[in-house]
Amino acid sequence: MAFDKMELRDIEVWDGNFAAAQALRQCQIDVVAAYPITPSTPIVEGYAKFLADGYVEGEFVMVESEHAAMSGCIGAAAAGGRVATATSSQGYALMVETLYQASGMRLPIILNVVNRALAAPLNVNGDHSDMYLGRDSGWIQLDAYCPQDAYDLNFIAFKVAEDHEVRLPCMVHQDGFMTSHTAQGVKTLTDDEGYGFVGDFKPMNDMLDFEHPVTHGVQTEEDWHFEHKARQHNDLMTKVMPKIQAAFDDFEKLSGRKYNIVEKYDMDDADVAVVCMGTSVETAREVATEMRAKGIKAGVVGIRVIRPFPFMQIQEALKGAKAIATLDRSAPGGTVGMLFNEMAGCLYNLETRPMLSGKIYGLGGRDLTKKHLVDLFTELQANVDAGKITTPLQQFIGVRGPKLSFL
Amino acid sequence: MSEMKKIKNLKEFSTSADRFEGANLLCPGCAHSIIVREVLNATNDDLVLSASTGCLEVCTAVYPYTSWDASWIHIGFENGSTAVAGAEAMHKALKNKGRLKQPDRNPKFVSFAGDGASYDIGFQWISGCMERGHNIMHVVLDNEVYANTGGQRSSSTPIGSSSTTAPAGRVSYGEKKNKKDMVSIMASHNIPYAAQVAPNKWKDMVKKIQHGFSVDGPVFINAVSPCTTEWKFDPKDTMMITDLATDSLVFPLYEIIDGHELNITYRPKNVVPVEEYLAAQGRFKHLFKDQYKYLIKEWQERVDANWSYLNRREEARV
Repeated sequence: MAFDKMELRDIEVWDGNFAAAQALRQCQIDVVAAYPITPSTPIVEGYAKFLADGYVEGEFVMVESEHAAMSGCIGAAAAGGRVATATSSQGYALMVETLYQASGMRLPIILNVVNRALAAPLNVNGDHSDMYLGRDSGWIQLDAYCPQDAYDLNFIAFKVAEDHEVRLPCMVHQDGFMTSHTAQGVKTLTDDEGYGFVGDFKPMNDMLDFEHPVTHGVQTEEDWHFEHKARQHNDLMTKVMPKIQAAFDDFEKLSGRKYNIVEKYDMDDADVAVVCMGTSVETAREVATEMRAKGIKAGVVGIRVIRPFPFMQIQEALKGAKAIATLDRSAPGGTVGMLFNEMAGCLYNLETRPMLSGKIYGLGGRDLTKKHLVDLFTELQANVDAGKITTPLQQFIGVRGPKLSFL
Repeated sequence: MSEMKKIKNLKEFSTSADRFEGANLLCPGCAHSIIVREVLNATNDDLVLSASTGCLEVCTAVYPYTSWDASWIHIGFENGSTAVAGAEAMHKALKNKGRLKQPDRNPKFVSFAGDGASYDIGFQWISGCMERGHNIMHVVLDNEVYANTGGQRSSSTPIGSSSTTAPAGRVSYGEKKNKKDMVSIMASHNIPYAAQVAPNKWKDMVKKIQHGFSVDGPVFINAVSPCTTEWKFDPKDTMMITDLATDSLVFPLYEIIDGHELNITYRPKNVVPVEEYLAAQGRFKHLFKDQYKYLIKEWQERVDANWSYLNRREEARV
């Protein structure tokens, strides 16, 4: 091989972006087609610099838009090799057409999404609006809560996406700035360990195999489109989760770090629980511990695998809780938050059917503080004590001005 | 190195092995299939092809069938050029890494797109591919209209033609804007080769395609593709209409090397009046009413001026 290995310390101080860039280097991506956008830019800058310094061998195609970035990734992946890129926010929105095309063509591309608000008004800070925009796009979607996760989940992503029984693209989400630009200690794999975990890329239906010409991206009308979509959805719902679990298990054996499809924290005997994603999970865990010291049996459920959505695992995690709040970091635009809807779908058929309320928080990078979560757990306990929901079903946390609530 | 076909005559050319099958859903008389066949038959090398959304794409890859006996991809309307650029980048990466399954091959990367997918919605993507220097060829099947969606105007639609979104009517002669000069725009990216071709002049076409395959870097080809449905002529007359297009100099055949060296590659022995070209097509029928006849005169003046411009550029080597 014509590139050098990099000596890493056991623990490096990396932000989420650099952690993801290092994981891409160690996976030895063949092609990156990318376009810069805050806050994800340092990921592809990192790849470019590794390339320039001879620590990776491949092609970096700096295109003229995010739509072209994913288009180039699709062409490269169909040609038959390991492909990744990164984006955020408006760039993700511009990419949406091609997200559906990538999954419909079953190309195992890895997209690091550094979550950021969507304009208007323009905002560069972290929320989950972009993540929610692509939630029906047919991609596997994993969620990192911190730089360590952003590093580790990239290895998991390649391992799952490139499995020949899966062959679906995969996103690794991390919170803009809160994760992407916050340096923390990150436990590393050696280059050999990292590459060994994902293994060599094994092409399938590759356009560069000229002995077996293939047609990618066909037309299907009412005679075949439904079957195509339904069967792919079925694969996503039935084949992917066991592969993710297996990858988590293998990764734990390699690194000692354990990931779960649903991350339960103090849920065994919890009366009140918060369901959330991203950096908020860690804050909620800290507050839950403090609430327990005050006698409130609090727990936290973090969503690690956003798509395919882990209905069964969530049912299992929440079956004993009495009052649950969902934390959605996206303006739902005329309905309740996505997590509220998904939880309602999970819990409706449970005999215990817990009380469920929805909170919108943190839009455009607004902080979620421990005080907010103390108030929330306290409110949930009040609902438990009253035996009914005593507050509006959907409220905003941390917004200034008049109190806004619906339902 | 590149393996170009030696083609002696039209019979040999038309019967040589095809990687684009005759079994497709294109209209009888459609020039697209003729152009595609002429491009593909110019080389014996392996091919990685793309088609942007449009007539060619919807008529040649309807599941569970395909008309393509070569690697082929369609993503969307605007990004066919970038699809093959991505594949070309992967080829380069795997070649450098020694991972090609057939390392001795010398594949050609070609994207086909209509004028709507090239002049309009895909313009930025093509410009990006040309600027970045990918080793690809982009071929426009220029029928001057959104034919696949039923005949809407594009920025390639010529003045005075009637389309469904710029229709001729009681108080309008149809399209008001002149056609975009896409060959010049692309040549201005200083790419090694840009050319305009026509399927009736197949030797000129093959020569240009083979030249395009032999250079290192992006190539832009604009191919006139008469559309029997939207130009409104009898399907048997495709080649006759194409002859009128090239011999009236409405579609002059030329090439631009390295962005500046312009060569005219076909000089008709007998130049046909533009009026004959217009009269042969239903889309220009209304121009022959008395109140619009001045437009035919303007058409001729415009074509003459362009021909003079091309000749002056050729002479001045600019």
